[in-house]
Amino acid sequence: MPVIDLANPTRFLAVVNRVLPWLIAATIVLFAVGLFGAMKAPDDYQQGATVKIMFLHVPAAWLGMFGWALMSIAALGTLVWRHPLADVAGKAAAPIGAAFTFICLVTGSLWGRPTWGTYWVWDARLTSMLVLLLLYFGVLALYWTAEEPGRGARAAAVLSLVGAVNLPVIKFSVDWWNTLHQPASVFRMGGSTIDPAILTPLLIMALAFTFLFVALHLAAMRNEILRRRVRNMRLIQAQELHA
Amino acid sequence: MTPFRALLLRDMRLALRVGGGALMGALFFLIVVTMTPFAIGPDLALLARIGPAILWLGALLASLLALDRLFATDHEDGSLDLLMMGPLPLELSIATKAIAHWLTTGLPLVVIAPLLGLMLNVELRNTGWLALTLLAGTPALTFIGLIGAALAVALRRGGLLLAVLVLPLTVPVLIFGIAAANAAIIGPTPFGPPFTILCALSLASLVLGPIAAAAALRHGLE
Repeated sequence: MPVIDLANPTRFLAVVNRVLPWLIAATIVLFAVGLFGAMKAPDDYQQGATVKIMFLHVPAAWLGMFGWALMSIAALGTLVWRHPLADVAGKAAAPIGAAFTFICLVTGSLWGRPTWGTYWVWDARLTSMLVLLLLYFGVLALYWTAEEPGRGARAAAVLSLVGAVNLPVIKFSVDWWNTLHQPASVFRMGGSTIDPAILTPLLIMALAFTFLFVALHLAAMRNEILRRRVRNMRLIQAQELHA
Repeated sequence: MTPFRALLLRDMRLALRVGGGALMGALFFLIVVTMTPFAIGPDLALLARIGPAILWLGALLASLLALDRLFATDHEDGSLDLLMMGPLPLELSIATKAIAHWLTTGLPLVVIAPLLGLMLNVELRNTGWLALTLLAGTPALTFIGLIGAALAVALRRGGLLLAVLVLPLTVPVLIFGIAAANAAIIGPTPFGPPFTILCALSLASLVLGPIAAAAALRHGLE
């Protein structure tokens, strides 16, 4: 089946219904392997057992940013290509990305308390991540206030593209400013600085989080398509009652 | 008369005459600054230390408050539709409107900032630096706010939604504005880097703001 066929919501729903159970199963297996690896991983010589929080914190941060990147691409799909599923994809990604960003902030601050001695500091990495969460809230507020889904989607698409300037700021905040948050240690020039014993479960957890995100996203897109159909049916019904 | 000049003069006249809210922002700014010492107590040393921050926050809120009017009245009486069909590219006419908006609401804030600085125990010779940072930074607030105003008018919503959309995007302006003001007044960090970044933010938003706002209007009002 060519990819272009996925633009048809009915065919898309059929594909999602076929793929989703496998995706959920893969997510569960990956989480089982990843969590097992995380539990078996040695404690850090400085941080002790609190290093385990990283296995949730780092993937959540990546996926929080991935969510906004996805919304930006979907925004291009909405504004430029007028792809019929792009605004559904954007709308479905917003609450999931916000949730992952929130998990990142909460786990980070729980880790910060024993390690840094404070739940929160106003350094560049933490602040830019908080701004990302606020931007997610802004997009969600747009969806809540728009009466008509299409109009809200186009407004949110513009905001997604504007808000994308925050993504490189988050990524490079630890290089541009002197932050309490540690600099990049996984994806950096000259290879990772993390020991393989910890890096391997971290990457498996990142994969598990990504699968979780994709599964949640596809399910949310399916729900949104069905929700719009229900809305259209109600509108038609109301018109018939009126006539 | 070129369309640019005609639009600029029209918007400025509308803002300055009866029913326009040009000086309302400055008045709001004055009141916010007056309220602050009531909230934190008349400790002059403390006021001097946080004075620049209060002035910047007050200017941010005052410029936010005026944004509602940027497109809403034009949308109500239909002149926004004329602008969208007019000879000027929509990006340019929006930028013109934003410039007129800044001249009537942003510039008054800059002008009264030295006076308000004195009320917050900022030394007289330092108030000029403070006003300079506001002069460099408030255009960015207007041009970033432009995007929020366009989104809000496309959805026929305003008020709090506008604040929720715009405020997160203005964080860098606030950071570098206050950094520049503090560098000039308190030191010891140099004034140059944060101030030039502040100017860069204003220039970048001058380009990007109208493009994004025009996209929002085109897709929202079609």
